[in-house]
Amino acid sequence: MIQFYSFVKKEFRHIFRDRRTILIMLGMPIVQIILFGFAISTELNNERVAVLDPSHDVLTHRITNEINASEYFSVVGNVSNADEVDAGFKKGNIDMALVFSPKYASKIPNGESHVQLIMDGSDPNMATTAAHYATSIIGDASKEQPTHVQNGIIPNIQLLYNPQMKSAYNFVPGVMGMILLLICAMMTSISIVREKETGTMEILLVSPMRPINIILAKMVPYMVLSFTNLLTILVLARFVLHVPIAGNLILLLLISLLFIVVALSLGLFISTITQTQVAAMLVSAMMLMMPTMFFSGMVFPVENMPEPLQWLSCAMPARWYIQAVRKVMIEGVGVRYVLTEIGVLLGMAVLLLGVSLKLFKNRLA
Amino acid sequence: MMIKFLIEKEFKQLFRNSFLPRMILMFPIMMMVLMPWAANMEIRNLNLCVIDNDHSMLSQRLVNRIEASTYFKLTSNKGTYAEGMNEIEAGRADLLLELPPHLERHVTRGEPAQVLIAANSVNGTKGGLGSSYLASIVRGNTDSMVSVRNLYNLHQDYKLFMVPGLMGILLTLLCGFLPALNVVSEKEVGTIDQINVTPVNKFVFILAKLIPYWVVGFVVLSICFVLAWAIYGFVPVGSLIVIYAGAVIYVLAMSGLGLVISNHSATMQQAMFVMWFCLVVFILMSGLFTPVRCMPQWAQYITMANPLKYFIEVIRMVFVKGSSWSDISLQLASLGVFALALNTWAVVSYRKSA
Repeated sequence: MIQFYSFVKKEFRHIFRDRRTILIMLGMPIVQIILFGFAISTELNNERVAVLDPSHDVLTHRITNEINASEYFSVVGNVSNADEVDAGFKKGNIDMALVFSPKYASKIPNGESHVQLIMDGSDPNMATTAAHYATSIIGDASKEQPTHVQNGIIPNIQLLYNPQMKSAYNFVPGVMGMILLLICAMMTSISIVREKETGTMEILLVSPMRPINIILAKMVPYMVLSFTNLLTILVLARFVLHVPIAGNLILLLLISLLFIVVALSLGLFISTITQTQVAAMLVSAMMLMMPTMFFSGMVFPVENMPEPLQWLSCAMPARWYIQAVRKVMIEGVGVRYVLTEIGVLLGMAVLLLGVSLKLFKNRLA
Repeated sequence: MMIKFLIEKEFKQLFRNSFLPRMILMFPIMMMVLMPWAANMEIRNLNLCVIDNDHSMLSQRLVNRIEASTYFKLTSNKGTYAEGMNEIEAGRADLLLELPPHLERHVTRGEPAQVLIAANSVNGTKGGLGSSYLASIVRGNTDSMVSVRNLYNLHQDYKLFMVPGLMGILLTLLCGFLPALNVVSEKEVGTIDQINVTPVNKFVFILAKLIPYWVVGFVVLSICFVLAWAIYGFVPVGSLIVIYAGAVIYVLAMSGLGLVISNHSATMQQAMFVMWFCLVVFILMSGLFTPVRCMPQWAQYITMANPLKYFIEVIRMVFVKGSSWSDISLQLASLGVFALALNTWAVVSYRKSA
């Protein structure tokens, strides 16, 4: 036990000796959660609109003003023909064009007037969202009384969990998953491979410590660091990004701890299959970061993916963690709704830890 | 003449490595084959749970109309609101629609009747758009004097939007980060001292490090264009020359950045953490996944210092919209400034003495 303790102390010294690395490891998550928590957003704001209005009457002015007044759009200028719209899109100066038919107001009784929204469709998601908002604003503005009663049914819309439709509620759990996974996996794998590369691992291996203890001693400091990171991330998410912690905090911490163990075991696994720091870095950055960003549901919803990719996403530890955090932290549901996620993460931890300990021993022989 | 041998050495080192060449080949293929399918934010096939307390012709008609739309998939019928909420909490439904008792009677008498739509809005876009689509179907106002025309991406294909962006990421990784790791690794292993005592000029040394990765980067970029055409049938609307020109300037800028980081790091661990941090910030703040214009103003100012943002704009605008030289001159000029500044910094900060 004393042996183990002194090994842990050695690892802590390794980490704290290198000021720059410790700064990066503790500071990076802070910068990332703040930066990405605010910046990763799909909320429509200030879509630049060009107006093509040949009629210039009261009604078209009212519609244009209504569009401009909403927080989603800002009218940036008038154009006189469709070619200018195209040129604006190609330069990237405008995102949408609002085109009125000639003699708009006077032809309304005949039903001949209409509005066309020309969207820069290169980003289909933004184009659809913007077109939808614009359509409903135009609909409201052109009616005398802005009610929607057509067949007498009035829908009452209730937006659960996130009534202001803030993007942060969706993306913060994702960012948490990504940061924790990458920091833990990368830190552990690089620190172990580094000892291999510099040759100090041989010295450790001939010591009377059992290999499993060497590995565990390596994991303890990173576990402590990761848990510190987790706490700072949660505090920042709650008080800076104003993402609520609706569910049980203890449950959230336990799930996160489990995820940290999975990430550390993943790092351990990477370190057993790579020989150099560059390779370990590339595996954790490219083979782990890219798939995590794409397949974990962090940005792109898993249910939109084709079936085979949905299976692939099941192999991403971050997917289960993000799903669980969204449920516990944002929706505030109880433990019985996240049992699957916990089970899968537990299975992954056992599997990864088992496989890498086995591989590690093999290397000894 | 020296440079020829140095480049030969770099290529030999690159191909001697058992891992790197394989990764350089597999990674772009994985990126082009798998990633575009996953990158999709369309609001479609939302799971809907209906709580029909009316059981009338009208409610049946409403449900049929909803099912006919491409947005919703009716996954369950439940008796009570609590059961419906349970479906949402368990993640089996995204929205629920509760039709009150006597709905048909109220409507036929011309009295206003309220129905409840509750949407899981953890994903705000999904909840907001989904509930408002559902509301417009329920209301029955599908006729509108507003028509929408989407230019450039006629089939609303998210893949067309992502494929050029992914090429930008590939170039970033291959031409910006690999050479930098290479320089630091020579530092850590100590072989850089051997180079330093030779008469090799520092420009030549750095150039010899960069050229192989540039070659690799451009080969990979070309492979990507072929893959995009072969798998998805995407060909650039604009001119390939414009894209390659943008790529040249961008690659210069990223290589410069990589060198700056490697010059200022003592160990590989430091270099890698800093690079990784830059990489994540660059990717997430480039507009690749979520548009730059959705960010708060201060974050948009930060993105101005992100070379990847300009390159993604260039490649997307040219590839998808067919923008020309003059349309993207601002982006190209910004990239040029980055390339100049970063490379000057790299050369100034590189010391041949240890």
